[in-house]
Amino acid sequence: MARNGGVAWMRTTEKIDGYDLSTSDTEEVHVLAVDDSLVDRKVIERLLRISSCKVTAVDSGRRALQYLGLDEEIQKKETNGFDGLKVDLIITDYCMPGMTGYELLKKVKESSAFREIPVVIMSSENVIARIDRCLEEGAEDFIVKPVKLSDVKRIIDYTTTELREGEQREGTRAKRRGINKRKQREGDDDLSSSPPSTLSSSTSSSPSSSIQSATAPSSPSTLDSPTRRLKMTSSE
Amino acid sequence: MELVQIQRRLVDYTKSLFMEGFLDAQFLQLQQLQDDSNPYFVFEVVSLFFEDSEKLLNELTIALDQPNVDFKKIDSHVHQLKGSSSSIGAQRVKNACIAFRNYCDVQNIEGCLTCLQQVKQECYLVKNKFETLFRLEQQIMASGGSVPTIELGF
Repeated sequence: MARNGGVAWMRTTEKIDGYDLSTSDTEEVHVLAVDDSLVDRKVIERLLRISSCKVTAVDSGRRALQYLGLDEEIQKKETNGFDGLKVDLIITDYCMPGMTGYELLKKVKESSAFREIPVVIMSSENVIARIDRCLEEGAEDFIVKPVKLSDVKRIIDYTTTELREGEQREGTRAKRRGINKRKQREGDDDLSSSPPSTLSSSTSSSPSSSIQSATAPSSPSTLDSPTRRLKMTSSE
Repeated sequence: MELVQIQRRLVDYTKSLFMEGFLDAQFLQLQQLQDDSNPYFVFEVVSLFFEDSEKLLNELTIALDQPNVDFKKIDSHVHQLKGSSSSIGAQRVKNACIAFRNYCDVQNIEGCLTCLQQVKQECYLVKNKFETLFRLEQQIMASGGSVPTIELGF
């Protein structure tokens, strides 16, 4: 399985380079789940755990920002959250009181420290304008609720692959420079080797077909994927 | 009753809940998340739902009883209830919520009151169904058997 290959690679790299990986203990993806509904939080937490993720579940956008260390009232220069555990993926509900998932997405993407973290939006409303707005703001994906196991597995699969590829790129650079480096894709838009768009292979038909009609027709090839194109065009 | 008979009864009962529209495919998703390490997962989530829905239904009753009805607040509560019922696969509750929101949109108080009654009724009905379901599961587990799960496309 892909992940086992990733683990073996990381262990080898650690031994050879003394390379300091910021995903410290394991190859597990650490997901920050944000949802004001207690029922949905319990379900998403279980969906993620069963997909071999570490999960931190919070009930508001505010708490999510606090966890990341982005809360205005708690200024932190550290790029890790206050408990030191790096977040690999954020999955958030759209409709929440106080701060919506969209507003959270914006805050994350505006932050130099966290904008590389993929953000997935969940919503019970399958509204094209909403989906487009989220993707344009840099959302990785958009899931229509209720969330299914296949939705989560799909997202974790490509997050894991992207993480591993990111580490590989970092590993090559670190070997050359011989320094320890935290995983940061600084202006690295080399996404051509990333996996195919998940939207075109989405099991929930409505969002993917609406996205395909909203942007150019997408083929399974990586460069043509709508989200990749949007990310590239909207990148700084 | 023999273990096999109870297991058979549970399968038939669950199927009937699908046939009658009480449950939809999302409930099967929840069952997939239950295993030996989390044997009460479905029970826990469903219990959370009923705690949540009771609060929301109370708030809705109060909100509709006000001299100046706050339809935004009502819509927000119904949206929440619709979301959580959808997450556990309680289809009839979810559908009742959708109807409720429609009356909310046009600010029709009478319609809202009727819908509130319907949502309460559907919650009550599905709660009884779940109780029967969990009772059968308990009997099976107490006899040392495993809880059978049904496949989609039965």
